[in-house]
Amino acid sequence: MIDMTVVELSRWQFAATAMYHFIFVPLTLGLSFLMAIMESVYVMTGREIWRKATLFWGTLFGVNFAMGVATGIVMEFQFGMNWSYYSHYVGDVFGAPLAIEGLMAFFLEASFIGLFFFGWDRLSKVGHLVVTWLVALGTNLSALWILIANGWMQNPVGSKFNPDTMRMEVTDFVAVLFNSVAQAKFVHTVSAGYVCGAVFIFAISAFYLARGKHVEIAKRSMVVAASFGLAASLSVVVLGDESGYVATEHQKMKIAAIEASFHTEPAPAPWTVLAFPGSDGEPIWQIQLPWLGGLITTRSLEEELEGIHPLVDRAEERIRSGMIAYEALQAIRADAADQSARATFDQHWADLGYGLLLKRYREDVGNATDTEIAMAAEDTVPDVWPLFWTFRIMMGLGFFFIAFFAFWFWKASTGKLETNKNLLWLSFFLLPTPWIAIEAGWFIAEFGRQPWVVEGVLPTFYAASGLNFWDLVISLTFFTLLYTVLFVIMIWLMVRIVKAGPKDHVFHEPQDEDDFVVAALPVTPMTKELGA
Amino acid sequence: MSTIPLDYEALRLIWWLLLGILLIGFAIMGGRDMGVGALLPFAARTDDERRVLLNVVGPTWEGNQVWLVLGGGAIFAAFPPLYAVSFSGFYLAMIVILLALILRPVGFKFRGKITDKRWRDAWDWALFVGGAVPALIFGVAVGNVLLGAPFHLDGSMRAFYTGNFFQLLMPFALLCGLVSLAMIATQGAAVIAGRTEGVLAERARRIGMGTGLATIALFAIGGIWVGFLDGHVISSVTAPNAPINPLAKTVDLVRGGWLSNYTTYPWMLTAPALGFGGMALAVLSFWTRWRVPALLATSIGITGIIGSAGLSLYPFLLPSSTVPQAGLTLWDSSSSQMTLFIMLVATVIFLPLILAYTAWVFRVMRGTVSPQSITKNPNAY
Repeated sequence: MIDMTVVELSRWQFAATAMYHFIFVPLTLGLSFLMAIMESVYVMTGREIWRKATLFWGTLFGVNFAMGVATGIVMEFQFGMNWSYYSHYVGDVFGAPLAIEGLMAFFLEASFIGLFFFGWDRLSKVGHLVVTWLVALGTNLSALWILIANGWMQNPVGSKFNPDTMRMEVTDFVAVLFNSVAQAKFVHTVSAGYVCGAVFIFAISAFYLARGKHVEIAKRSMVVAASFGLAASLSVVVLGDESGYVATEHQKMKIAAIEASFHTEPAPAPWTVLAFPGSDGEPIWQIQLPWLGGLITTRSLEEELEGIHPLVDRAEERIRSGMIAYEALQAIRADAADQSARATFDQHWADLGYGLLLKRYREDVGNATDTEIAMAAEDTVPDVWPLFWTFRIMMGLGFFFIAFFAFWFWKASTGKLETNKNLLWLSFFLLPTPWIAIEAGWFIAEFGRQPWVVEGVLPTFYAASGLNFWDLVISLTFFTLLYTVLFVIMIWLMVRIVKAGPKDHVFHEPQDEDDFVVAALPVTPMTKELGA
Repeated sequence: MSTIPLDYEALRLIWWLLLGILLIGFAIMGGRDMGVGALLPFAARTDDERRVLLNVVGPTWEGNQVWLVLGGGAIFAAFPPLYAVSFSGFYLAMIVILLALILRPVGFKFRGKITDKRWRDAWDWALFVGGAVPALIFGVAVGNVLLGAPFHLDGSMRAFYTGNFFQLLMPFALLCGLVSLAMIATQGAAVIAGRTEGVLAERARRIGMGTGLATIALFAIGGIWVGFLDGHVISSVTAPNAPINPLAKTVDLVRGGWLSNYTTYPWMLTAPALGFGGMALAVLSFWTRWRVPALLATSIGITGIIGSAGLSLYPFLLPSSTVPQAGLTLWDSSSSQMTLFIMLVATVIFLPLILAYTAWVFRVMRGTVSPQSITKNPNAY
């Protein structure tokens, strides 16, 4: 039987390392773009202050990027280390986007990040600008590929279980690439990163402005951050990734859990603003707004929003079908030439994952009792209330960011950024808010998918490695210790850098052939024009 | 499957080769930075000297590390059972490697931000650990692959690992670890000797001669030792186009069996020859103060040494010591034909691009680094 303690600890470790990694990723996504914009202004206007701004934000970016790299490498290996059966079971589909991420994105960002820092006096203005944009492109491409991989876990399209190899295999790679969930998640996630970068720059600039320091750089940064942040926060909310969730059944379960909607509501469903659970876990007291729920989740007034109870009933049917699939699979494994078993399996294979839910209760899935089947069906319901509340925190923050940036955009356009010190201080103290929203978002996406690691295909508990308790205790302890120490050091360094503020630096401009390497760039009319 | 223009057997072989290229790529490229890290406390004594070394590799080390990340991703995508079994089987060893690797990016970035001596010394040791420990443990891991890992598979391809961390530290595996460490240190010495001046370059030259000779000696001892190990030989007919199923084969253990490929395919002897020849040329280059050839020679040596391990194992990727039948080979633990083909297309498009822009980045950052040149850049480490 599967050791549930090891499974729980493995989940904790993955959640901790992934959420920790994702402290740094969104800031990288946002800052790289914002720096590229600032440097573009520098190259276009030739005004030194924009380079000074780029360099300053670049210093903070660098500290953050180092943490992102340090924690990212753990992510690449952890699937195999802690989720060994997952790696075998879906590696044929999931491994490819991960490897392409390395080929297409990691190499790009990691190769040019060095030139971003070390290339100022070795590249022409345009040459360096190109490098900065390539870093931004690389970080965004890496988000694209990892979200294609993650989107497949939410909505496993373009693949089929192969009984001869005991795993999921790709049947249609284009479907994996253009998975609606993946595309929606990509836009939502990178936009959230842009908001994060914009709030970061805005908050620190507001701090400078409130204290009357580095005013010129602060104001310019605030203008860029407010306009970029406004566009990004609109994009996060409008292109929220829920729209893709209705595509599959279990994502319906996720939505139902997020909305604490236990019974199917007639369309258009109301939206519950606040609710509290009674003793049976269902809401006893709630404030609802009419129509809004249907609009948010189905983007229509006609479609019904299914409740948790009817979805559990459907899960039970699928478990029974999955038991047939499992039995047929055993027959095929025993005798590969058994054609009737293959025919049965082909009919029921899509429910195999539901059959595997029973593995938690017994090895011989085919002999499960009605009680066990009912328990497994109940297992398909994620924890409702953490999801309900986290979603409202995330959504509230999302709308707040629109208001925040709209307000400051208006202030910036009327030239009144520094009229109210209190508002500037308030903006500074809002610095942590994008991370709260972003971590909440990942929590909803991943916790809401439970009990599945791959929706409808592979239960989480069934995917873990056969490690022992102490392996997990040791790794979890050391990761936690090292990550905590590094986090404290990083914050301390960032505070020092912010306190020290932007610095003037006269670069040794590239002159002789030896350090003027723009020649290595293709000469176009634009590089000629702008390069000098 | 008729739409895939390459047959399964060819794709499996190509991906086995590509995997070798990626891992050798990491050893050569990442080995530059890990080698410099491993030599940091010895090759450079003052803060200025250490800064010079860090700024030699600083602008390019991040890109170099991606070879490892891509290697991991490629194993996942091309040989999922290998990824699943090896990383979970060598769990605590992987944790040690990861903890060491985590120290590198922060070490590079944080060290220079504060001028305090204790601060910088602490990060110097972190960078040393980040360079030396992975180099050592990757070698120990290769040694354990040659010894066979204690795992078996059940009928649903779930892996069970019956060893523990301390069983990884067998004498032969430790020897392989030392080969790897010596080889990576030599790579680091070649980088330092080629990109610095004066006392630093001289010291690196002397270290490089020592580690280069040590690599040759340890590699030779390893080669002889392998002759006394049980090699795994497949005794059933291999079906290179069949769906994966490691349990479909039978395996015999043969003393010295890992060397039998060299009699069957004599061309494979070029790998150990390159290993010895490359390292010997490196020592000669250090001795004669020949700069550029040293790095080229160590890179050839690394290619030969890792190539020897890979070719000796062929067609195995990860033999099993407890249930030899369950050992993974390139024929019975790959991805589907479709995935291998898609990945190949992606590689054919992107790998040349990567090589081109990596070369450009190195060209921009070329030249020797000195304490004076560092002061020009406020971002210098």
